[in-house]
Amino acid sequence: MATRPKIDSGIEAFNNDLDKPWQFEEDGYTVTRGCAWSAPGCHPVGCGIKFYVNEDGILEKVEGDENQPITQGRLCVRCLTLPDMTYHPDRVIYPMKRAFEDRGKNKWERITWDEAYEIIETNIKDIKEKYGPESIVVFGGTGREGGPMCGPYGQAMLGTPNSCYTQSGYACYIPRVAAATFVTGATYPEMDYAGGLPGRYDDPMYKIPEVMMTWGKEPLPSNGDGFFGHSVIDCMKRGSKLISVDPRTNWLATRAVYHLPLRPGTDAALGMAMLNIIISEGLYDEEFVSLYCYGFEQLAERVATMPPERAAEICGIDVEDIYGATRMYANAQNAAILWGLAIDQKANGAQAGHCILALEALTGNLDVPGGQLLGDVTDSLADLGFGWSSLGPELQNKIIGLKEYPAYVAIVLNSHADLTLEAMETGEPYEIHAGFIASTNLLAGTCAAQPKRWHDAMQKLDFVFAADCWITPTIQCCADVILPLATFAERESGVAVHYGASPNMTGSVVNAVQVGETKGDLEIQYEIGRRIMPDNYAKFPTLYDFMEEFRFGNNIDYNELKEEVTRQRKVTYKKYELGLLRPDRKRGFNTPTGRVELYSTMFAQFGEDPLPYYEEPQRSPISTPELMEEYPFVLTTGSRVYAYFHSEGKQIPLLRELNPDPWIEINPKDAEKLGIIDGEWVNVENEFGRCELKAKITPVVRQGLANAQHGFWFPEEDAEEPHLYGVWRCNINNLMPHKFVGKLGFGAPFKCIICKIEKLNK
Amino acid sequence: MAYGLLIDYEFCTGCQSCEVACKEEHGIPVGQWGIRLLDDGPWKCSDGKYNWNKIPVPTRLCDLCEDRTSKGKQPFCVHHCLAGVMQYGTVEELAKELELKPNQVLFVPQPYHYG
Repeated sequence: MATRPKIDSGIEAFNNDLDKPWQFEEDGYTVTRGCAWSAPGCHPVGCGIKFYVNEDGILEKVEGDENQPITQGRLCVRCLTLPDMTYHPDRVIYPMKRAFEDRGKNKWERITWDEAYEIIETNIKDIKEKYGPESIVVFGGTGREGGPMCGPYGQAMLGTPNSCYTQSGYACYIPRVAAATFVTGATYPEMDYAGGLPGRYDDPMYKIPEVMMTWGKEPLPSNGDGFFGHSVIDCMKRGSKLISVDPRTNWLATRAVYHLPLRPGTDAALGMAMLNIIISEGLYDEEFVSLYCYGFEQLAERVATMPPERAAEICGIDVEDIYGATRMYANAQNAAILWGLAIDQKANGAQAGHCILALEALTGNLDVPGGQLLGDVTDSLADLGFGWSSLGPELQNKIIGLKEYPAYVAIVLNSHADLTLEAMETGEPYEIHAGFIASTNLLAGTCAAQPKRWHDAMQKLDFVFAADCWITPTIQCCADVILPLATFAERESGVAVHYGASPNMTGSVVNAVQVGETKGDLEIQYEIGRRIMPDNYAKFPTLYDFMEEFRFGNNIDYNELKEEVTRQRKVTYKKYELGLLRPDRKRGFNTPTGRVELYSTMFAQFGEDPLPYYEEPQRSPISTPELMEEYPFVLTTGSRVYAYFHSEGKQIPLLRELNPDPWIEINPKDAEKLGIIDGEWVNVENEFGRCELKAKITPVVRQGLANAQHGFWFPEEDAEEPHLYGVWRCNINNLMPHKFVGKLGFGAPFKCIICKIEKLNK
Repeated sequence: MAYGLLIDYEFCTGCQSCEVACKEEHGIPVGQWGIRLLDDGPWKCSDGKYNWNKIPVPTRLCDLCEDRTSKGKQPFCVHHCLAGVMQYGTVEELAKELELKPNQVLFVPQPYHYG
């Protein structure tokens, strides 16, 4: 067994809790160790956390658990303030109902779980009978345990095919997953940061990446897709050099050897140019390419159409920096690309993703230590697709968007977001009558584009129920029943880092305290499912039986995991040499050709170009020069902050203090031209809508670029319609167009639209 | 013996876990701080590169978590620092660390009051 890895804060030298059991007594507290998975806080990073519960059963404080191999005791502000959220007076801790005619009013009445379940069962069964099961939509969110449960909530628990993550073009993660699946046959290949190795960075199997290239990703505050963002800092301290591809000069970019501040939305042009350089200068791994890649010649021919000089012009960056960064990346012994949300948030994103995967493959960085870690063919959350087969072919074929966007619908078993809105509005292909708001605040500038349209459509539904920790604007608008959702200190479950998509770690989620009558997503799904779709749950006599299959694929015993708290997963590199990437256990990759498909037969099969190409964003100085006089700014949105997980956390004073108001970053020269001073409220507007934000004047953005914060609402303001906690005033998604998606239905321009900015009171 | 906090501002990312950890541990309300993040930048230097340093600075309320350190534990801010850029120790040992790596700063806070 390897020795314990070094912890950067040097905690070994202090009185610490290393090697303590999962539960122990200290100074009158019962201390329970577990791992975090929102609600509240984050994606499945599984940060280690110790809950200090006093004699009265109150969670008095939390402390980071130094035993967690990845986070090693470190915690962000969202976890540190957990006790403040747990006992916040506004928190929903009992089931509640509201009369249909009181929708939009703050008239909630406490009920029992039984009554809540009765109401849900009666209404859902009634609507299914009258209009068919497909008339129900589950509205899902991101990151929380309830996020990936969106599919099963619909397919298994309610019996509808229409589970819907409501962001236009599913512009979050899934476009990257789709590109990765089509090109490599594996899911999103995360940077390898030794999360599964007992010795972590010092493990003999591991090698620190010589180069890390962040591409449209700010991992430090976002922990995107469950990646512990500060692993980047761990690696930099150990010698990794950085390349930053980002329109903004964020803090990491100031520590980069190369910073390529490309114009938003031009990523595919840059990617093609980098491939061009690597191929024309012979910087690729010839052995890997000849043994494991398909379509090299066709790719070479295609990227020859994108000389670096042309890309430099398109992207608005220095051509020498493109050459320099590409050579630095390609010449490194091992290198990792951290490619983020920005790839998903453009119609041309699948092609940008294709380029990035090709870069990783050509340079031989797939599944090597300190490169991109691939998931075993058996990896990923056990729950994905749970219940789908029980629907039967007739209902399966009714999923909204199957005809128009089969690639989208098939890869994530979700109804297409934009078409789901249209169905709710028009009754085509059929009417939608009920909804379940499952851990999403979609109206609050989080995911839905044109949120007012979603609001109006959701208000018309005959019956809506919701599960959350708060009465959000989305719930206040249209829910009839709220189920109180447990935090990760109040429920039993497990968290697999990266949704289990790469071999890192699985941690326990524990119920250290009981708060009111809250329940977790697993319990809610199990209990409602047994009422409405009993056949799907008949084989699980208890909640534990359900959890162990649904959450752990029957590979982990929850009680064992609870005692271990964290369990690292076995890491094997170069799985393509060992037959571990394919169900038939043959060497190679799990694609139709058995190779990394630089020329993608899957893209071709879905009617998409099998090779990467560049396309301008639908609104840009190049594609719509006639609009630029009125809307001179290129607008990017959704960059993350430490204080909040999207719309969550606005009620917590110590979080709100860090970020009291939503801002828009404007370059000092642009601000001067417009007579805007720092901290002034401004009008931000385009042809699709408007909102008000506070000017943050900073050279982080170049001239002509603006970056707006998302996900703001004001829990302290009037709760009721039409104000709805001020949800429309600062809602940047008012400016996001409906159905500006890519050819396969993926991607939407949340990070590449245009707008004007002006003083609010001209 | 004097104790201090050694902070590596080359790698401080400005996550503010120190600020919030301190407030939670000591019950310090909104508008007051036991340690506070100061933010210098970004501003462009003549060579075209940006200067951007974030430096947490202990305030007059910082007692270096006397309750914890008297039990041999680390201060709460040090324990939670996401970038792992804070170290607690004697001035003597931290001064040695200071010699090993540039772009660090050593604070020796002690609550003070006049009159």
